[in-house]
Parts: sequence; structure tokens; C-alpha cells
Amino acid sequence: MAAVEVDGLVVRYGDLTAVRQVSLTAEAGAVTALLGPNGAGKTSTVEVLEGYRARAGGTVQVLGLDPARQHGELVRHIGVMLQRGGVYPTMRVGEAVELFCAYYGNVSSPTALVDEVGLGERVGSTWRQLSGGEQQRLSLALALAGRPRVAFLDEPTASVDVAGRQLVRQVLRRLAAEGCCVVLTTHELDEAERVADRVVIVDRGEVVADGTPDELRRSGPAEVRFAAAPGLEVAALAAHLGGAATREAAPGEYVVATEGTPALLAALTAWLAERDLALGDLRAGRQRLEDVFLRLTAERSEAAVDETTTAPGARRGRGRGWRSRR
Amino acid sequence: MSILVAQARAELRLLARNGEQLLLTLGIPALLLVFFSKVDVLPTGSGEPVDFLAPGVLALAVMSTAMVGLGIATGFERSYGVLKRLGATPLRRWHLVVAKIVTILVVEVVQFGVLAVIARVLGWRPGGGWGLVVLAVLLGSAAFAGIGLTLAGRLPGTVNLAAANGLYLVLLLLGGMVITLDKLPGPLRAFAKGLPSGALSEALRGAFGAAHHVPGSAWVVLAVWAVATPVAAAFTFRWE
Repeated sequence: MAAVEVDGLVVRYGDLTAVRQVSLTAEAGAVTALLGPNGAGKTSTVEVLEGYRARAGGTVQVLGLDPARQHGELVRHIGVMLQRGGVYPTMRVGEAVELFCAYYGNVSSPTALVDEVGLGERVGSTWRQLSGGEQQRLSLALALAGRPRVAFLDEPTASVDVAGRQLVRQVLRRLAAEGCCVVLTTHELDEAERVADRVVIVDRGEVVADGTPDELRRSGPAEVRFAAAPGLEVAALAAHLGGAATREAAPGEYVVATEGTPALLAALTAWLAERDLALGDLRAGRQRLEDVFLRLTAERSEAAVDETTTAPGARRGRGRGWRSRR
Repeated sequence: MSILVAQARAELRLLARNGEQLLLTLGIPALLLVFFSKVDVLPTGSGEPVDFLAPGVLALAVMSTAMVGLGIATGFERSYGVLKRLGATPLRRWHLVVAKIVTILVVEVVQFGVLAVIARVLGWRPGGGWGLVVLAVLLGSAAFAGIGLTLAGRLPGTVNLAAANGLYLVLLLLGGMVITLDKLPGPLRAFAKGLPSGALSEALRGAFGAAHHVPGSAWVVLAVWAVATPVAAAFTFRWE
């Protein structure tokens, strides 16, 4: 069941249109990740869902409620984690969690929440005494104080160390398993790949891809990626692989634009073996989410540049500069 | 109700933990009261300095708490995203406002208790008029809170801090709190009487006086500020 439904959302800041015709849904019992570069419109979209920001167009429903008109009712059922701040700097961990639990009629145990986010030993520390990762975990605990049916989490693993990330992932999985709709925004593609059931990629205020991580990874052109010593003779390798287009995408990272059939992989490893070259990180069939993300956002950048340079009156040579600024 | 109690308790706890606020709300008024009562260097009129200073310092205490303390704390809460975060909880706007009002009133009661005791020890004998005192303090608190929240609702945290402290100093010097307004040049005196600090100190001095007489002009000035500044804050305040 869709807990969050967005149709044709438009958000404007004066003359700037930050979100244009975004449509998406997020299901109960699943983690939906909103990915996108800085300024893509992720936070603006989520802030409309949280009731913080007015929309210029479109319809939005969270748990069947309009966040703008029924905010007072909605806040009882949602949990929010801001990208940063949001807690009194001189308030202690235990006090903050107790206060937020009181807002929701103490439906959660403050002690259990503090323990769940691994801050049991920091209960007497003030917000400003916490590290960045600990502050994020406290914010997460506060977002869960009302046992939310929808949790909006902005960069929940930013600045969080490896052990902390694992803990945050566990919390997100627990929430989804209990039927909560988790909507998170993040730049961290690896994190999204690990925890998200569904990924929505937003760029320049528009949804450019929407699906499960697996669907998105399979959505691109067939290719084989591998890592080996930098500077291989890619022309020779391409010839050995039957003419499949081969390039060194980054130093030591190679892309062969073809299906990763067993025969091709055997030919590739044989070619490397003949030269006594070590093979690392071989992937065939599915791209990483990062590759999908970069491809989609780069395609849109190029399309925007093309439109600009071919538009009447556009000056030639501006495209590269515009693209690099992005 | 439990939300309100929890919020008010949290506000009070945070205030008690803030050393700078305690210095501002209790330390500075007490210091001014003791020092200038004992060292007669200010133009406080013909009577005992403490008789002039005590009502003025109580007015200063109200201004410290309602304008500077509230304004600076709220400005930083806004800068730190606290107010924005609270906006996504069941804590309603009126819960927050009432909790802050309760906090101000509790602090003012403590201030009045401490400062009145100090003033009594220094020889102050208030004439009474407690009803007028309460009315003046309520109007003054509303006026100063409105100013504090108007600044806090628009300025970045550190700019708000500087503006609130600067205004505090100006209103202290021109407010007839520790220096009698009679010593100010004519036009400046007229201007000072129109300030909330001038009107509040005049009202408290009148209420505590033997005749319990507060000039009507002081009530008018206080009432106008008490209505105008909260309205200004309500219209201009930004939560983030």
C-alpha cells in the first residue's frame, strides 16, 4: 500500500523552479531512497511531504493526508530526521529523547530508543558534545520517538562510522519490517544500494529513474567491468574479445561494452593470464547503482548542454564550462 | 497538558544550565543594584539611591529576561534548526509559546524575589501597590518579549545576539532604570519616555511609591508596546 503519493509536484523559490512535475510513491513496509546530486530537488520534495514547504503545483498525500492542510494530524504519524541540527545544543541525550517521547504520549521507551541507536553510554552528554555520527544517531532516535508510520530521514548515515552505519541499517530494516514507510534522501549510493527496496533518482527537479536497485542496475547497456593494472592495451584486448568496444574508464578500471557471457569472461581472463596480470573486481550483467546514477545524470547534463549550444543565439563553446560547473 | 509540562520543564532546565543567561538575568541587575546603592555616583535624585534604583533594576530584570534572554535563546534555536524540527512534532505553536511564557514568568518571580531581598537589605522600603506592579510587569514582559522575538525571528543567531545586547544597553541607558530621565537633554528625554524601558521603570517607580500613582502616559506607552511588538513578531517571525 502506498503511504506516500506524489503526483506532478512543483516547488518554486521565486523565479527558480526547484521541483518540476515530480511523481512518485513510497510503500508501507519498504525503504524508498531518493538519490540525486546537490540541488536536485530531493530535500524540497521531502520538505513538502513533511509539511514544511508549500507546493506551487501537484498533489501530495502522506497516509491519505495533505501535509499542507492536515499538518496537525499528520505530525502524529511521521518521524523526521533533518540533515543537520534540530536539537537544543545544551540538551543531554537522555533529556532530548525523553522530551520527544513526551510529545507523542510516551508510546516509546526513551531508554530502549537510546540503546537501539547505540548511545546508551552517552546518555548524559549534551548534543554539542557528541560527534557528528552520534548526533545523527540521536536525530534518528528522535525521529522514532512516536513509532512513526512514515519516517523521513535526510542523510541518516552522513558522518556515521562503519559500526554506526550497520546499526542505522538495522534500525531501518526493523522499521520496514514493522510496516513503516521509510523515505530517505542520500548522496551515498552504496548505502542506498544496501538498504533501499526502491530507489528514485532525481535530477534537476525531475525523476529520471525509479525502480528497485536490481531493476536500475539492469537498466543500462550490457557491459563487463573489471579492474586491473592501469594502462592496458585496450585495442589489443578489444580485438581478443571479438571487437567488443573496450575502454579504460578510469586508471585501472575497464569497461567492455557487451554481454558478460561465459565465453567472453573466459577470453578476458585468458588474455590477462597470458600477460600475468591480476584481475580485480570483475562485474558482469549488472551495473553498480553509482554507474547508473552517473550515467543518468551525465546524460541529462549533456542533453542540457546540447540544448543550450544549439539554441538560437547560444554561443558555441559554453557547454563544457556549464557542464563542469555541475 | 503533559506536552506543555514537558516543554516548560525542558525550557527551564536549559535556561538554568545557561550561565550567560543567569549572569544577564540575575548577576548584572544584582551587581548594578548593590554597587550603585553603595557608591553614590549616579544622578538618582535627592532620596536614597536604593529607593530610585530598586524599581529601575526590577524593570531591567524584566527586560533582561523577556527581551534578551528569550530573544537570544530563540534566535539560536532557530539557527540550530530546533524550531524547524519541533514543527514536525505534535508540539503545537501555542504549546511552545506558553512554555516560553511560563519560563519567563518563573524566572521573573525568582528575579523579583532575589532582587527585592537584596534591595531590602540595602534599605529599600517599597510602598506596596502590588497589583499595579504585576500589571506593569505583564505589559513590560509582553513588550520586551515582542521585541526579542521580532529580532530572533529574522536575524541569524550571532547577529541577533549582538543586536539584542546592543539594544539592551541603549534601553538601559535611556530607560530611566539606573539614571534618572531628568538628567537627559530635552528631546532625548521625550524620546526616552516613549521607550518601553522608560515606561516600565516609571510605572514600577510609581507603583512602589507611597502614593501608588502611575502616570497615565506610562500605561499608554507600555500598552502600545505590549500590543505592537508581539504583533510585529507574529507577522515577521520565520521558523527557519
